[in-house]
Amino acid sequence: MTITDFSVILPVTLLTAWASILLLAELFLPRAQRPFLALLAALGLALTLGISLAQSAQEFAPGFGGMVVRDGFSNFLNVLFLLTGLFGVALSYRYNQRAQIERGEYYPLLLFSVAGMMLMGQAADLIVVFLALELLSFPLYILSAFAYPRPQSEEAGLKYFLLGAFASGFVVYGIALTFGASGSTDLARIVASVAAGSANLPLLTAGAGLLLVGFGFKVAAVPFHMWTPDVYQGAPTSVTAFMAAGAKTAGFAALLRVFGAAFPALAADLSPLMAILAAVTMLFGNLIAVAQTDMKRMLAYSSIAQAGYLLMAFAPFEIEAARTMAVAGALFYLLAYTLASFGSWGVVIALEKDLDRHLSIGDFAGLARRSPWLAAAMTVFMLSLTGLPPTLGLVGKIYLFRAVIEGGMVWLAVIGALTSVVSAFYYLRIVVNMFMREGEPAVEREWWLEFAIGAAAVVTVVVSLWPFPLFEWAEWAVMKLF
Amino acid sequence: MIPLSWYLYLSAALFAIGLYGVLARKNAIAILLGIELMLNAANINLVAFWRYTDPAQMAGQVFAIIVFAVAAAEVAVGLSLVISIYRARKTVIADELDLMKW
Repeated sequence: MTITDFSVILPVTLLTAWASILLLAELFLPRAQRPFLALLAALGLALTLGISLAQSAQEFAPGFGGMVVRDGFSNFLNVLFLLTGLFGVALSYRYNQRAQIERGEYYPLLLFSVAGMMLMGQAADLIVVFLALELLSFPLYILSAFAYPRPQSEEAGLKYFLLGAFASGFVVYGIALTFGASGSTDLARIVASVAAGSANLPLLTAGAGLLLVGFGFKVAAVPFHMWTPDVYQGAPTSVTAFMAAGAKTAGFAALLRVFGAAFPALAADLSPLMAILAAVTMLFGNLIAVAQTDMKRMLAYSSIAQAGYLLMAFAPFEIEAARTMAVAGALFYLLAYTLASFGSWGVVIALEKDLDRHLSIGDFAGLARRSPWLAAAMTVFMLSLTGLPPTLGLVGKIYLFRAVIEGGMVWLAVIGALTSVVSAFYYLRIVVNMFMREGEPAVEREWWLEFAIGAAAVVTVVVSLWPFPLFEWAEWAVMKLF
Repeated sequence: MIPLSWYLYLSAALFAIGLYGVLARKNAIAILLGIELMLNAANINLVAFWRYTDPAQMAGQVFAIIVFAVAAAEVAVGLSLVISIYRARKTVIADELDLMKW
């Protein structure tokens, strides 16, 4: 082991150590001082974020014999995951007190999950991909059930656990087949064995298919989405917000890394399949979301639909130039999605007065009069998720659609555009409710929450007006990926 | 020596049995057992591939051990969730856990 090895995984190590210390600190803190844990967790995340940003100037390097890697891709994602963690802490802080689930394990579990996500971005070997997947998932299973003894929460935890473990069974079997087909679990060696013609291609295709099923569950792509609405609805809203952004981004990180880097030889076989998966996910997610009246379920179906747009990035994998643009576009869209998703869940938290009664779309009526800034921020997030100006969602969608069209799949872009129109119906219905209907919604005033919502809204609008530095960053991130 | 394909058939059969168990059983613990079968099927595959392709390279064996460890952690999390639900609801039948349906 060398210094380079440790410098490559320094952010992950630091965060894991911080989480462990936090777990111990909780024992010694008196009950009244518990809120400090949130502050400490945020401090740890901010510190790791600083180190990750400082490392972005350093050269790309593999570590631990090629098990992990530090490159532009992992760097971009590290920053995104740490921001996810910070947002997660900000949204949880007061909500957990209100929901009386302020238990000491919460923030360490959140930090462990973020560490798993970061490891996922850095993984260069299928063994590490699997480990990272489990490291990010286990804390989420526990967090989903965190509001025990509230039965919905426990039920959500069990459902998420059973389907998540089921999915990881597929992932392990897929990795085993890939290992058998190519003789290695190292992504670079898999590529080399395919290029040298020594790999068993039918076996490798089967392995890739099983991996796709496993990660399909994680990112909630149709037809592997059935856990999503129940889990998103039942879990504490602060956890749902974190899960909707973090777990999905991590699943796509793994898909982009594994399918982008390790299976280019299979691109011709897999890209039509990916395109169909994307089309089905967009259609199904958006159409079912229209029928929802419960706010949390509606956002759950909306997140399924968003997974469909992201899956479009895998369709143009046969053409080199379109592929690079598609992966950069996916990273860009993941950032836009993370901001809009966190923001809209944050607004749900602000309005969720009675935690046992689920928030419905009608509860947004009159919000513009009661709390104009919150309503304005929610409008920004809804516009961004629909893909309307002036938001990052629009820029990201244009980016993705362009890659798909250049990849020669015009029909997929057409489905994407049509389903965006469908999605406008249910996203804008909330905006109409907020501005045009009369109502007396009860709004919780919480400084951290309002700060997080405001920051997400401002970034979504301002960066969309001048998105070029972000484009360059995303393109730099995928530079060395292929 | 037994040919490699026998191991692969065994593991594929085990995986299919586990998959059937997950999809057909209603009891949360039986579903968990099915998942364990799927993970162990993958382990048989990993060890067999390791033995028959390149025994000098340890990746397959090491991965099988990592899968053990992860499966153990998974059971710990899963059973505690099951117990917690059983205490409150006196049932772990998946169909009866239907507070959220659309």
